[in-house]
Amino acid sequence: MMRSGNMAVSMGLLVRRLIRLSHRNVAVSRAAVLSRSHCHWEPLFCRSFSDDRNTHFGFETVSEDDKAKRVYKVFENVAQKYDIMNDAMSLGIHRLWKDMLLHAMHPQPGAQLLDVAGGTGDIAFRFLDYVRTQQEQKRRREVRSMQLQSWQEISNSYPTIDEGGHQESRAVVCDINKEMLKVGKEKADGKGISAGLSWVVGDAEELPFDDDQFDIYTIAFGIRNVTRIDQALQEALRVLKPGGRFMCLEFSKVTNPVLARIYDAYSFQLIPVLGEVIAGDWKSYQYLVESIRKFPDQEEFKYMIEDAGFYCVKYFNLTGGVVALHSGFKL
Amino acid sequence: MWLPASKPLQRWFNQRHRVLTCKVCVQQLCISSSQFTESCYDGLYPGHIPTTPIQKALLAVGSGVAALQNPYRHDMVAVLGETTGHLALINLRDRMRNDPEGYTILMERPRIRLSTLDLSKMSSLPDGSFGREYFRFLEDNHVTPDSRADVKFVDNEELAYVIQRYREVHDLLHTLLGMPTNMLGEVAVKWFEAAQTGLPMCTLGAVLGPLRLNASRLQTLFTTLGPWALLNGRRARCVLSIFYERRWEQSLEDLRQELNIEPPPITPSASKKRST
Repeated sequence: MMRSGNMAVSMGLLVRRLIRLSHRNVAVSRAAVLSRSHCHWEPLFCRSFSDDRNTHFGFETVSEDDKAKRVYKVFENVAQKYDIMNDAMSLGIHRLWKDMLLHAMHPQPGAQLLDVAGGTGDIAFRFLDYVRTQQEQKRRREVRSMQLQSWQEISNSYPTIDEGGHQESRAVVCDINKEMLKVGKEKADGKGISAGLSWVVGDAEELPFDDDQFDIYTIAFGIRNVTRIDQALQEALRVLKPGGRFMCLEFSKVTNPVLARIYDAYSFQLIPVLGEVIAGDWKSYQYLVESIRKFPDQEEFKYMIEDAGFYCVKYFNLTGGVVALHSGFKL
Repeated sequence: MWLPASKPLQRWFNQRHRVLTCKVCVQQLCISSSQFTESCYDGLYPGHIPTTPIQKALLAVGSGVAALQNPYRHDMVAVLGETTGHLALINLRDRMRNDPEGYTILMERPRIRLSTLDLSKMSSLPDGSFGREYFRFLEDNHVTPDSRADVKFVDNEELAYVIQRYREVHDLLHTLLGMPTNMLGEVAVKWFEAAQTGLPMCTLGAVLGPLRLNASRLQTLFTTLGPWALLNGRRARCVLSIFYERRWEQSLEDLRQELNIEPPPITPSASKKRST
């Protein structure tokens, strides 16, 4: 059942989307004209080229279908060494970034989290830890307040400590790549975490969930790999409950020019080398550093989130802009 | 965005930019269809990854450490060879060019692969022939000629072929020298290759390989096998200059004589499984 407010918002979104689509078609036909001059010896392929929409895969230009397949292959290749590589490339700082995401999130017991592109489960594990810590603190506070009670009252209070009264917190990890989810599940088994955690295969552009399901939607270092970012944002809006929060951690533009040069040098010179030496895969990590450069900067991404229909969109720069944490609410 | 930085910093950054632009230019021609991805590749040959000198240095150090930590990482040994072997490869290529048969190889670019070898024909050759002994070597040691990594970091197409040929000839060298693929046999072959080719990766392998041998094998290495390998490595004809694919029927002894290689003084047994 649609309320009139919702109707107006979705009409506005539809209009904005149509305008964007028309702009893109103009750009595509312009690109198609250019391409025809390149491949005049292959008219067949030129025709299919002008039909496909194009996007970037790192610094390469590929069709949108291709990008999804190639990204899948990249993460299939790197899944086993993903966590080791994260530690090596960011010198362990990625753990601090993810901790900061959780602190900004400040989830309360009973919250339902959807972690998209969550692969190896870093955010979901931290979420469950955080919520459990919160719950224990709450319990401790309650126990401290229960001083000098009779044995009758104490024995009555035992069941309530266990139940908590409302829904248990739940984290759903959704990823398009089965290899990444496999690694995540193995990690969960190793840590002995099973309660309150589910693993779902799904595409961020077409989530396999009903509307208004989750309190928090997170996507950490995944949204730049999505082919149609605007679609992923709209799906995020759809599955969040009203009042739900969208949070995105992603690599962004470094603001300080000196740091930017050092960061560029580090990214392009060292990271593919690390990829080759540790994971035996240069090209995947070359794609990674290139895809960071192609992703929109903090302000542009903020506008994209607002376009999708989120309110109170803010961003925080971490490590001088190397990573940005964007947050918005569905109201 | 760019600060007026120091010249060397600027220079290698511009180099990287140039490398990337060249990559993008090649790809612009290939964006019409994904079916073209096999024939269109960035770089000078399929699998080539252009790298800056800094990246090569980092790769050399990184792959060296990784190979020492885990000698089973053949890809790291390969990368070490590619990043450190530039001068030795030029030397090898010039030696091949000066030899008539080597020159033919450089022109025709044969590859030793399961798809190019006729194993059934080789197994039917008489005993003592090169092809038959090579086939026996493959069977006894449970190896296949397809297990070699592709070349990635050599920035010259001809030198990339030379190092690829070196990798593919390695197994044939085992047959020529009569060495099995256990640790002692591999070290002996490495000593021969180090003396012949001068590749830093071979020298490193020759120096560090013996550290993993037990006392009796070390003794064998230093007293008989080692000196034999070094001496023959120095005086033998360039082993890369031989068109092995046309010599399967030739007798092994004959081939050894032609290459100026003495038969091995002792043959370490191949009974142990492949340990490298």
